[in-house]
Amino acid sequence: MKKTMKNSRRSPFAAALVIAAGLIMSGGGYAFATAAVESATPVSAVSSQEQVAEGEKLFLANCASCHGKNGVGTPNGPTLIGVGAAAAEFQVDSGRMPAQASGPQMQVKPVQFTDEQIDAIAAYVGSLGVGPEIPTEEMIAANGNASKGGELFRINCAMCHNAVGAGGALTEGKFAPALVGVPADHIYEAMLTGPQNMPVFNDANLTPEEKKDIITYLKYVETNPSAGGYELAGLGPVAEGLFIWIIGFGIIIALTIWLGAKSN
Amino acid sequence: MSNSTTTKPKGSFLANRANYLDERVGVAGILKEFGRKVFPDHWSFMLGEVALYSFVVLLISGTFLTFFFQPAMTEVVYNGVYGPLKGAEMSIAYASTLDISFEVRGGLLMRQVHHWSALMFVAAAGLHMLRVFFTGAFRKPREINWLVGFLLFVLGMAGGFTGYSLPDDLLSGNGLRIIDGMLKGVPVVGSSISSLLFDGEFPGHAIVARLYSLHIMIVPALIILLLAVHLFMVVIHKHTHYSGPGRKDTNVVGYPLMPVYVAKAGGFFFIVFGVIMLIATTFTINPVWNYGGYDPSPVSAGTQPDWYIGWLDGALRLAPSHLEFQGLGGTWSFNILIPLLVGVLFLVVVGAYPFIEKWITGDEREHHVLDRPRNAPVRTAVGAAGVTFYAVLWAGAATDLIATHFKMSLNHVLTSIQILLLVGPVFAFWVTKRIALALQRKDREIVLHGRETGRIIRMPHGEFIEVHEPLDKYEMYKLVDFKSYQPTLARPNSEGKITVAARVRASLSKFYFQDRVTPVGQVELAAAAHHEEHAPAIEAKPETKKPAAKKAAPKAAAKKTATTKKASTKAPAKKPAAKKAAPKKK
Ligand code: HEC
Ligand code: HEC
Ligand code: HEM
Repeated sequence: MKKTMKNSRRSPFAAALVIAAGLIMSGGGYAFATAAVESATPVSAVSSQEQVAEGEKLFLANCASCHGKNGVGTPNGPTLIGVGAAAAEFQVDSGRMPAQASGPQMQVKPVQFTDEQIDAIAAYVGSLGVGPEIPTEEMIAANGNASKGGELFRINCAMCHNAVGAGGALTEGKFAPALVGVPADHIYEAMLTGPQNMPVFNDANLTPEEKKDIITYLKYVETNPSAGGYELAGLGPVAEGLFIWIIGFGIIIALTIWLGAKSN
Repeated sequence: MSNSTTTKPKGSFLANRANYLDERVGVAGILKEFGRKVFPDHWSFMLGEVALYSFVVLLISGTFLTFFFQPAMTEVVYNGVYGPLKGAEMSIAYASTLDISFEVRGGLLMRQVHHWSALMFVAAAGLHMLRVFFTGAFRKPREINWLVGFLLFVLGMAGGFTGYSLPDDLLSGNGLRIIDGMLKGVPVVGSSISSLLFDGEFPGHAIVARLYSLHIMIVPALIILLLAVHLFMVVIHKHTHYSGPGRKDTNVVGYPLMPVYVAKAGGFFFIVFGVIMLIATTFTINPVWNYGGYDPSPVSAGTQPDWYIGWLDGALRLAPSHLEFQGLGGTWSFNILIPLLVGVLFLVVVGAYPFIEKWITGDEREHHVLDRPRNAPVRTAVGAAGVTFYAVLWAGAATDLIATHFKMSLNHVLTSIQILLLVGPVFAFWVTKRIALALQRKDREIVLHGRETGRIIRMPHGEFIEVHEPLDKYEMYKLVDFKSYQPTLARPNSEGKITVAARVRASLSKFYFQDRVTPVGQVELAAAAHHEEHAPAIEAKPETKKPAAKKAAPKAAAKKTATTKKASTKAPAKKPAAKKAAPKKK
């Protein structure tokens, strides 16, 4: 990073570059700050009796139509016994549940509950049977080994989510979403519970330590702008090809026409 | 190019050197000859130059990279400055690419310059090729040079592919894996070729070093050689020009190479260089540090080759996947063979096009005045179909991104693109041909009756007419100066037999030239002009212009070949004429 900047200081584009770099950095910093705030929301491992009761009320009102009373499941929705508080928090806090239109894949919508309500629902679903718990703050802190996390991510996740987490297509309209901006607790819970078409990565497949490494890697990629300048959405060669044809050649052809016109 | 200093104020240092050279090698003679070459001005003639200059940038930045890149696949533990890969095992090639990116001063910039200029090089060569195609610049005597240019384009793809595979990151390894799979899909010899190339089972330990010698020696050397041939032939043939008064098949109108053109070209080099630098300083390309070193187990979503290989990747993706059969002592992977064959066939047709067209027209004359694309409707339409075919294959390489970005099902995208691949070129052919013919007819109208001015005059007897402004000579020349071929018939050979080849040729000729609009001839023009003189006159009988032109036409046809056949709509009417015309040719 430092090197490229030094190199181009003498060029007339230096000003543009400095501004660009400034924007990238402040953008990155902002993203980092918000990520930090979000992961700081309290995730209680122990749930009180009132919380569960509150959760049950919300569940009956919002979820039972599909998941049935006591979460036993209906033709419209699977049973939630044993999916754990982690699954509930992931689904509701990411805006996937309560589900709406049925499509190839439940879509992310604006979140419909307050944090306390979500905690309550999660506590209730967690009380239905033994299942994955909501991770503690220490488990999702982005201070693991990014290098190992990168390797694990490429082996376990990149085939669906792309090597830099830019997302990718699956069959029949299903897709693996981009992971940029996904809060750390959701990443952990997604691995733990395997929402919809994503496989479950339980603690035997990926130890909590390794999950932490993956989170560290993803957060690193998210908060560190590319050393080479603007990234074209992390989409790789297709974006690069379109760029050279549209922008690169746009400029060149405009200049050739201008040169040609000069001579007349 | 720096030789322009040989113009001689006597006694100066340079003049003495120049004189020295001249007395020994006869530089002045060469320069005089070369410097008097004329190069016409049109922006589309500069696309080839863009390719040339991008290649120069490639050479310079590539040479820089060779100082630091190490083409070895021995495993090492990375211990450089890039945090997320610290401690990872990787090949020396990948580690040295990371070092170039993060530790060599200016290294990342040079990598990005090299890669962006590679994309620019092949794109410029492709656009240049399209310009040559659509203006008919490949016609005699330039067929061989088309072939050379075509080989340059293919070598550009080869250079890009071998380069892309050097850093040994995940994407480049995935690309090689596909090549390996394709090779193995070739019956009988496939697996032997694959193990020869990779020195054993994929990925082996040799491939990067082998690609390296291809990439920095063989391919660039071939490109430089062919470039020299290419440019030499441009000098011999002289440049083509667009039609205009005084521009003929026997001359070239433009600026002399020396000094005007050399100065311009020199300036243009820096413009291209500057644009590439601007892009390379601002936009990341191929961030290999994100992809990790190659390891045969992971595959990333969104794995794509650079754009110029995209169409082949697309062909593979679009091929129906169930076409694999067991039997006859092996596995027959038609899902690999068909795209392979389609790709090769497409390239062969592109390379051979000038020869094909010449065979069809039987035209032996030299052409130095370019066609306007509309004046060769079927060639233009064939070109449009080819471009569409290529573009759809290209889109086929991005099915996954289209699916996620437009929120569609991957399967639907794939099926739509498969259908588009078959229907698109036919549709493009048809639409382009119609448009070209319509434009030609519009040109005819303008030549015969002038431009519509939008001024409406009311005649004393009440009729409203629009004033048409006659064209000036320059405009006029551009619109009438073209040649229209007529279909040839299959004719018996010396033994009195009509061969299959003759029949094929005749039907191709019909396909090319059945629908046509002929240029306006002298007589027809004179008749129209005469008519036009009277039109605004007060006594002139109101008469619509079209019939007048038509009446004039047969007269002209008697002498010149300038028959007005309204193509397309009145198919039966033109048949006899075409037949009569056929024996006249040749
Ligand atoms: C419109 C019907 C519907 C409503 C309402 C609904 N869900 Fe769901 N839910 C589904 C369906 C269908 C699935 C299964 C999705 C899949 O895996 O494809 C599901 C899956 C889940 C899962 C994941 C189960 C697993 O196996 O990991 C959780 C947790 C969940 N829902 C919680 C809730 C909660 C909490 C609410 C209320 C806020 C709710 N749902 C409302 C239909 C519904
Ligand atoms: C088979 C493909 C597949 C693999 C492998 C996979 N995922 Fe997913 N992932 C998905 C799909 C599909 C979804 C969307 C699920 C949904 O919307 O309910 C998803 C969703 C997610 C989400 C939630 C994103 C959001 O917007 O809330 C995260 C985080 C995630 N995955 C992380 C991972 C990680 C980390 C790995 C590797 C350990 C991984 N995934 C492996 C397919 C996959
Ligand atoms: C024929 C025209 C050429 C094309 C299309 C081309 C293209 C490429 C591409 C796409 C890469 C991958 C770059 C990356 O992203 O890392 C590459 C790498 C490389 N090229 Fe070229 N190149 C060409 C000519 C040359 C020449 C003439 C040289 C040297 C004299 C050269 C030296 C290198 C080296 C050393 C690398 C590997 C370095 C690295 O990847 O960082 N190339 N080339």
